[in-house]
Amino acid sequence: MMLSRVAESMFWMSRYIERAENIARFIDVNLQLSLDLGDAMREQWGPLVAVTGDEERYHERYQDTARRSVMEFLTYDATYPNSIVSCLAIARENARTIRDNISTAMWEALNTFHLMLRDEQTRRLGEQSPLELYANIRRASQLFVGVTDGTLSHDEAWHFARLGRMIERADKTTRILDVRYFLLLPKVEDVGTPLDIVQWSALLRSASALDMYRARHGRLSPTRVAEFLLLDPDFPRSVMHCMGTAAKSLDAIVGAPHGRRTTPAEKRMGRLRSELEYTSIEDIFDEGLHEFIDRIQTRLNEVGEAIAGSLLDPGASLAPGQRITL
Amino acid sequence: MQLSSYDVGSGYDEMFQTSGHPREGSELLFERLEALSSGELRQYQNAAMVTMRNLGITFNVYGHQDGTEKVWPLDIIPRVIAESEWERVERGLAQRVRALNLFVDDIYNDQRILKDGAVPRELIESCDGYRPQCAGLKPPKGIWAHISGTDLVRDAAGTLYVLEDNMRVPSGVSYVLENRAVMKRAFPRVFEGQSVLPVEDYPERLLQMLMHCAPEGVEEPCVVVWTPGIYNSAYFEHSALARQMGVKLVQASDLVTHDGLVHMRTTRGFKRVDVIYRRIDDDFMDPEAFRPDSLLGVPGIMDVYRAGGVTLANAPGGGVGDDKALYAYVPRVIEYYLAEDPILQNVPTYLCADDKQRAHVLDHLDQLVIKPTNASGGKGIVLGPRASEAELEACRAQIEADPRNFVAQPMLQLSTVPTLIDDDLEGRHVDLRPFVLYGEQIYVLPGGLTRVALERGSMMVNSSQGGGSKDTWVLRDT
Repeated sequence: MMLSRVAESMFWMSRYIERAENIARFIDVNLQLSLDLGDAMREQWGPLVAVTGDEERYHERYQDTARRSVMEFLTYDATYPNSIVSCLAIARENARTIRDNISTAMWEALNTFHLMLRDEQTRRLGEQSPLELYANIRRASQLFVGVTDGTLSHDEAWHFARLGRMIERADKTTRILDVRYFLLLPKVEDVGTPLDIVQWSALLRSASALDMYRARHGRLSPTRVAEFLLLDPDFPRSVMHCMGTAAKSLDAIVGAPHGRRTTPAEKRMGRLRSELEYTSIEDIFDEGLHEFIDRIQTRLNEVGEAIAGSLLDPGASLAPGQRITL
Repeated sequence: MQLSSYDVGSGYDEMFQTSGHPREGSELLFERLEALSSGELRQYQNAAMVTMRNLGITFNVYGHQDGTEKVWPLDIIPRVIAESEWERVERGLAQRVRALNLFVDDIYNDQRILKDGAVPRELIESCDGYRPQCAGLKPPKGIWAHISGTDLVRDAAGTLYVLEDNMRVPSGVSYVLENRAVMKRAFPRVFEGQSVLPVEDYPERLLQMLMHCAPEGVEEPCVVVWTPGIYNSAYFEHSALARQMGVKLVQASDLVTHDGLVHMRTTRGFKRVDVIYRRIDDDFMDPEAFRPDSLLGVPGIMDVYRAGGVTLANAPGGGVGDDKALYAYVPRVIEYYLAEDPILQNVPTYLCADDKQRAHVLDHLDQLVIKPTNASGGKGIVLGPRASEAELEACRAQIEADPRNFVAQPMLQLSTVPTLIDDDLEGRHVDLRPFVLYGEQIYVLPGGLTRVALERGSMMVNSSQGGGSKDTWVLRDT
């Protein structure tokens, strides 16, 4: 049992930290690519903006899609709510509202993360050795997640945090796959060239998936890469795995016995999962990868809306003692 | 660290009797400090500030440009109080709180003290904290001020005085706990061999007290802390206390009244709330009972309270007990209800509402401290000896326009404590806010919050006006 307001803050705190980490990883991978590819990289920064889905907003403020502008936008732009600094500010504001519900270790990890980004020294570090900066951001997020798992009771609050993290993660994995895949796909004649391997590795690294992909499939193949990121049951950033974990948390929150899912959030989650479970990568390519990803993202949004609509905002019309219906 | 060059000044220094000679009880602290190089002390101070910053131990300043959240300032030289002196303070505070509770209860019920003429009726009815809506209220166990903070100061002669009472929503206790925790983390060496009375049990005692005051017949009371929200100046404290007690921190939007009870909105539906430690002013609690424009309130909560469906701590209306004009009558209040002599002294106080006293005040404006009776946090105070002619004239006009709203006191030279300024120790003026819990018994937290004015010669200790704080040690006699 927890306050609905607290559940909501827990969900968003966790979601924004995950978002910051993903953005940092995307930039990190692009920076490494630019070391490998040099001039060929010039066209590679625009797609990062495309991943965010906020291109319109970007073009209101920036003329070009040069590395410097894109990094500034995604990292430090305080007027852009999904920049890394904004994500941290929002996560911290949420955490501050529920400070009494999280552990001191979590608060300290989040607060030092936030302070690190506001520090002038960090900014200088970002200019001198940007890879180091984004590695620090990634580590700070991983520390927060680890501390959360290790110090917060795995009760309802923790499930809300995990739910937020999993939905955000699945969303970002599909977006990076969508954008990068379609940059690579048209150039069929490039298959097998060194450039190709570098780019495909970069896609996997954007989802921290390169090592695990190698362990699972060995050689790089576009079809297997897409399969791994979408349907692998064991890889913790695949959409399949994220949704399986999210569903477990949703079950724990709702407390419904297995197989008796009756609430909108559970129904939508079940529908999304079955679309993933009863499909093969071949089916997906028959349909068209982009179309499939589009559909998955719509489903993800529906799940998110169902959670926000019923779970996080039970409404003032509720009578005392009445259980919420999702 | 060369402490022999420390200037004890012309007043009373809490640590030194005379230059180079520590007071009884401070000898060991003196030795510990002397063994350090001045650079080391600065390192410990920096470590303490980094800890405060990383742990997000902050307070909010209203109307501040550079974000409202400021890191809590702690000076690492502790303020020491001998246990023998503390015992007397403890008794004095308990006596004062007990008498003021009886007083508030009497004011809203029989009004014996007014009928007997020991305190003038006009004074009470014009009190800023007086709430006619509270007439006839009988809070559980007869307790009105469950948590109070009583400000103490020491003058140049070494006498401790009560400066003012706080019976509404006194804040600062979480900083007492944080100061101690940060000191242990950043400067552990200074504690070695010293027997400092603990403060860590405060949240547990607070929770026990709140549960003790639950409505009749509630076996396992559900306790919550009610905060106006994260932009309140004391939000850090609200969340810290809720966390340390393991209770929920609620905002008005989390609460509803229904069928004579208060409930909170949870992911499992509504749950009854029995005891509310409210950190919101009377006026904002219930738009139906107090200010109708309050957006922070819970409509109907006063009705539930009146009918005994929920306990509010502190009880609404208790502010009548800490009015700055009533303050002058507190010694009389103690004698009236307890038939005892006051253990702690009042600072002599002139009431501007009284013609004779006002004439004296107006004749001696440049020697007195003038305080509005309806403000807190040091707002509106005029220090006569330091005010300009124009300020004194403005003050005179204000007093003449609204005499009831002003009291005057002699300007006390507050005691000093060595404080780290750059790399040296210099004396800075301090006050002390001990915290008192009134439950099954009266409990006084050993020490309290020492606030220190960081500017040389300044007496402004409020954190909103650039004051700092110190860990406060009640040292067990060995």
